[in-house]
Amino acid sequence: MSLVATNPFAGIGHMLQHPFLRYAFLAGTAIALAAGLVGYFVVLRQQVFTGDALSHVAFTGALGALAAGIDPRVGLYGACIIVALVMAAFGSRGNADDAVIGIVFAWVLGLGAFFLTIYTTSRSGMNGGTTGVNVLFGSIFGLSRAQARTSAAIAVIVAVAVITLARPLVFASIDQAVAGARGVPVRALDFAFLALVGITAAEATRAVGALLLLGLLAAPAGAAQRLTSRPFAAMWLSAAIAVLSIWAGLAIAYAAPKIPPSFAIVAVATSCYLTTILAAAVRGRERPLAPQPIDPSP
Amino acid sequence: MSATGILGTGLSWSLRDDLDQLFAFHFMVNAFRAGTIVAVLAGAAGWFMVVRRQTFAGHTLAIVSFPGAAGAIWLGVSATAGYFVGCVAAALVIALVPRPPSGRSHTEESAVVGTVQAFALACGVLFVSLYGGFLNSLTGLLFGSFLGISDRQVVTLFAVAIVVLGVLGAIARPLFFATIDNDVAHARGLPVRLLSVAFLVLLGCAAAEVSQITGALLVFALLVMPAASAQQLTATPALSFALTIALAILITWLGLAFAYFSVYPVGFFVTSFGMAVFVVSVAIRHLTTHVHRERRRALA
Repeated sequence: MSLVATNPFAGIGHMLQHPFLRYAFLAGTAIALAAGLVGYFVVLRQQVFTGDALSHVAFTGALGALAAGIDPRVGLYGACIIVALVMAAFGSRGNADDAVIGIVFAWVLGLGAFFLTIYTTSRSGMNGGTTGVNVLFGSIFGLSRAQARTSAAIAVIVAVAVITLARPLVFASIDQAVAGARGVPVRALDFAFLALVGITAAEATRAVGALLLLGLLAAPAGAAQRLTSRPFAAMWLSAAIAVLSIWAGLAIAYAAPKIPPSFAIVAVATSCYLTTILAAAVRGRERPLAPQPIDPSP
Repeated sequence: MSATGILGTGLSWSLRDDLDQLFAFHFMVNAFRAGTIVAVLAGAAGWFMVVRRQTFAGHTLAIVSFPGAAGAIWLGVSATAGYFVGCVAAALVIALVPRPPSGRSHTEESAVVGTVQAFALACGVLFVSLYGGFLNSLTGLLFGSFLGISDRQVVTLFAVAIVVLGVLGAIARPLFFATIDNDVAHARGLPVRLLSVAFLVLLGCAAAEVSQITGALLVFALLVMPAASAQQLTATPALSFALTIALAILITWLGLAFAYFSVYPVGFFVTSFGMAVFVVSVAIRHLTTHVHRERRRALA
């Protein structure tokens, strides 16, 4: 603690001597990169609600697998990807009627509570309660070396896929009809993108927990959209803010052990977003009559 | 009778005996009283929420009750106060965040709401961690428990419900007008912005009440499921409003009764019955439209 306070570099060096923190940084950085990139499109395509629904599915998937006695990761990734694809199949833009998504994920969450009870009552003596809490609120400090590497590898693959699809995805997200007319496979993009959102949701569940993953998906993207209106710059900015949030969050959680890492990560991301909103409000007040510069050229 | 005794007796074949057993304990009577109050409130607020397409905001308000209650427990004040403070504060935040220039307001709003939601849950985790681990009551806060509702709590729930329903009744007509056509309502001189803020605060109060029964994560079920089902069945506003409240009460009563006779949490039963009601409503609507179409074809 005192080392952290007096010499920041020595503090960071100290911090990275712990293997569990190295694994957390490795997995966290990759997951944040993927979440920031995917999140930008989630916000651009107005699918935040879908991301929210997936966060509930992640919880139920993982606990369902635990209740059935198999590896929770199978349930986690399986449920997220399947539900994401089902959502793409419904609704022309994966943007189903609000109330219907709401109903389905409320029930899914109820089912999760059911699995949690099965898991805790059937395996009495084990720490079933803690497992449920870990799925809900993340356990990034509990990653093993192999788990961290797998998570990082999957997240990097997702990030590469998003970057590859970025151009047609921006086009299809901004004007679907024109993109379709110009020969962009809009429907296939829907499926591919939602599958990537599903994988990202499962990944982010490892880092910040099922219930907090919107903090990683929506907050950096919202902040980036406030800062620039150029799509690709905003996309990279969103990824940068997400990575920064994870780094700062992990460091805070290390320095103050009482603070859970998932809280610290989400708090940093939220404060970035809040800063951009406040900055915009202040700027808006300074020149209320000229919000948009008008280009005089014909 | 001990807890194992209660579960051990289980269901008999006589419905009368089961009902007698259900109401044999005072805590269960209180659970039904509280459940009924909450169901009426959730139905009324939820109906407007679904019509106004503010389900995402409603979901967030529901979730905020968790940090509210967890924070109150950490500070050592009553959890009931925490529920209300948390939800009303969140309603004001969502309502008052400055709107960006027109065009991207919807995108922006969902990102703001999503962030508020994640941050609120994160605060809940922080409070739980600061308080120092009470895992059993944590699942209670998240997924609901109907045990141990005191007489005083029922009175508080009732009083707040009366106030909320009264205000909602008073603004119902202008609110409905503003919901159906915001621009026309605005042009006719209705305080559209104020109505929207007022409704969000009412929705926050309703969410705070409901979460004390169903748990923070499942409030949303009771807000959205009855309303969406009723709107599948009828397009007449007054009728679907009445049907919403009836369905909410039915779902809550069934959920409580089943939870009493089993080991699984009440939230699971409430959401499952809600889901079943919704699926049946959708099926009925499809059947009736199909029958109508056939009849029209036969006439033509």
